[in-house]
Amino acid sequence: MIHSSLTQLGAALRAKKISSVELTQAYLDRIAQLNPQLNAYITLNPEVSLAQARAADARLAAGKAEALTGIPIAQKDIFCAKGWLTTCGSKMLHNFVSPYDAHVISQFNNAGAINLGKTNMDEFAMGSSNETSHYGPVKNPWDTARVPGGSSGGTAAAVAARLCAAATGTDTGGSIRQPAALCGISGLKPTYGVCSRYGMIAFASSLDQAGPMGRSAEDLALMMNVMAGFDERDSTSLQRDKEDYTRDLNKPLTGLRIGLPKEFFAAGMGADVAKAVEAAIAEYRKLGATIVDISLPNSKLSVPVYYVLAPAEASSNLSRFDGVRYGYRTPEYSDLADMYEKSRAQGFGAEVKRRIMIGTYVLSHGYYDAYYLQAQKIRRLIAQDFTEAYKQCDVIMGPTSPSTAFKLGEKGDDPVQMYLSDIYTIAVNLAGLPGMSIPCGFGANDMPVGLQIIGNYFDEARMLNVAHQYQLATDWHTRAPKAL
Amino acid sequence: MSLSLADVEKVARLARLAMNEQEILAAQAQLNNIFGLIAEMQAVDTKGVEPMSHSQDLAQRLREDVVTEADQRAAFQAVAPQVEQGLYLVPQVIE
Repeated sequence: MIHSSLTQLGAALRAKKISSVELTQAYLDRIAQLNPQLNAYITLNPEVSLAQARAADARLAAGKAEALTGIPIAQKDIFCAKGWLTTCGSKMLHNFVSPYDAHVISQFNNAGAINLGKTNMDEFAMGSSNETSHYGPVKNPWDTARVPGGSSGGTAAAVAARLCAAATGTDTGGSIRQPAALCGISGLKPTYGVCSRYGMIAFASSLDQAGPMGRSAEDLALMMNVMAGFDERDSTSLQRDKEDYTRDLNKPLTGLRIGLPKEFFAAGMGADVAKAVEAAIAEYRKLGATIVDISLPNSKLSVPVYYVLAPAEASSNLSRFDGVRYGYRTPEYSDLADMYEKSRAQGFGAEVKRRIMIGTYVLSHGYYDAYYLQAQKIRRLIAQDFTEAYKQCDVIMGPTSPSTAFKLGEKGDDPVQMYLSDIYTIAVNLAGLPGMSIPCGFGANDMPVGLQIIGNYFDEARMLNVAHQYQLATDWHTRAPKAL
Repeated sequence: MSLSLADVEKVARLARLAMNEQEILAAQAQLNNIFGLIAEMQAVDTKGVEPMSHSQDLAQRLREDVVTEADQRAAFQAVAPQVEQGLYLVPQVIE
């Protein structure tokens, strides 16, 4: 049962073949067995999860079930969940039990889904390997000597290892798509503003977006039906009609125009990744799509632009962690300034401090125009490239990550090398477009490779259709790590 | 463009991050590497390009200036490091 899709689980629950309590317990047992190896979860609360499962069983019995009622979903520890420890992977919030629910969490609760636990993540979502978490690195279930990707690495590992039915992630520069690729699962970053950021601990507010991670595009569509929607508490939440993201899944792909940006197939991509991605493109031709060569000339600037804008926003967002109202406070200090400085120095890890420093510098007097303003202008050029490209094609495809999962510790001492892991994903966040990653084969060391699909604004349903049709024709998304 | 030790110390102070000499030195090397990466964007001609602060060129929504949250002082203060009589305790700053 733990290998079943959300659709299959929903059907089994409604047909009373299994109860939500039994299903939740099955996942909890598997977590107890495998989490010590993988470190995918930060917090479990079996009594709370099982109480939710009992309530879901009552709802199922009363015939009031929705698609996800009774299904155990894991939540990235960036989402505030009332009564749950919510750490954001940081010592700074090691003792923070949230007094309220994030919008996304409320949506799952309203749908009757089970909160199975909070998944590990890079500290404040800053990282590409899940090695910056205060709670230790997550291991990739395909090879525990390797990273799962970041920052939603705990979520990706939990889904891949069948430690939950599906889970949530967040994506600021690729943090859903890159770990999805490295762990061989499917993940979707929606158009900016489609999922509310209320109660999601902020990293870079103009880029952060919540999204689903699961075993197939069909599962992601069901998750999106719950997660997406207008929320007046988030001033950047978009006022749009509720959508059914499953509506286009079964449409044929005949006539679909796929744009291949030449910049995504240039130097830097591993030969094994290129081979798998090219084979996936060939499969799409068989499914009736036509290929269009396109160019995103400014995409090469997306990493530098991101490492100005994201740290700038982070330095502002993280100024609230001062040891006064919540979170970590240093035990010894002489005065208020000393308390702030020591609390923040002891509470934040190295990568977070590095980004706060970058952000503080680029926003400081005399440097604002040269860095922040220039980055915002190039951000527009990057977004305009996509607008031009979508005049010629319907979706854009390419690799999600330049390589398969690398070894733990391999890039730890070199931030610049680490930052380049997100070279193909960042431009999508800067432009606010939806992007997804689906498994498309295996590369070196038999590690999974991800295919990135980028859509035009609000094209999530079409992207899910494009991914689902591929998954009907191939079986990469059904492969599970053998060692577990 | 490279940051001096004095620059790094100043930034650490502005960011309210206590750092010792060794940490300042390490931060200087890493920040200069990162600014090497960032320098690539300096050469781009952006004359006449409007800065893009948000991915959707929409105006932010406004709402009536009314209270929408219920009073949850006790719940919020339950997670504070130090509280007394409904107030957050911080070190004395005025003699």
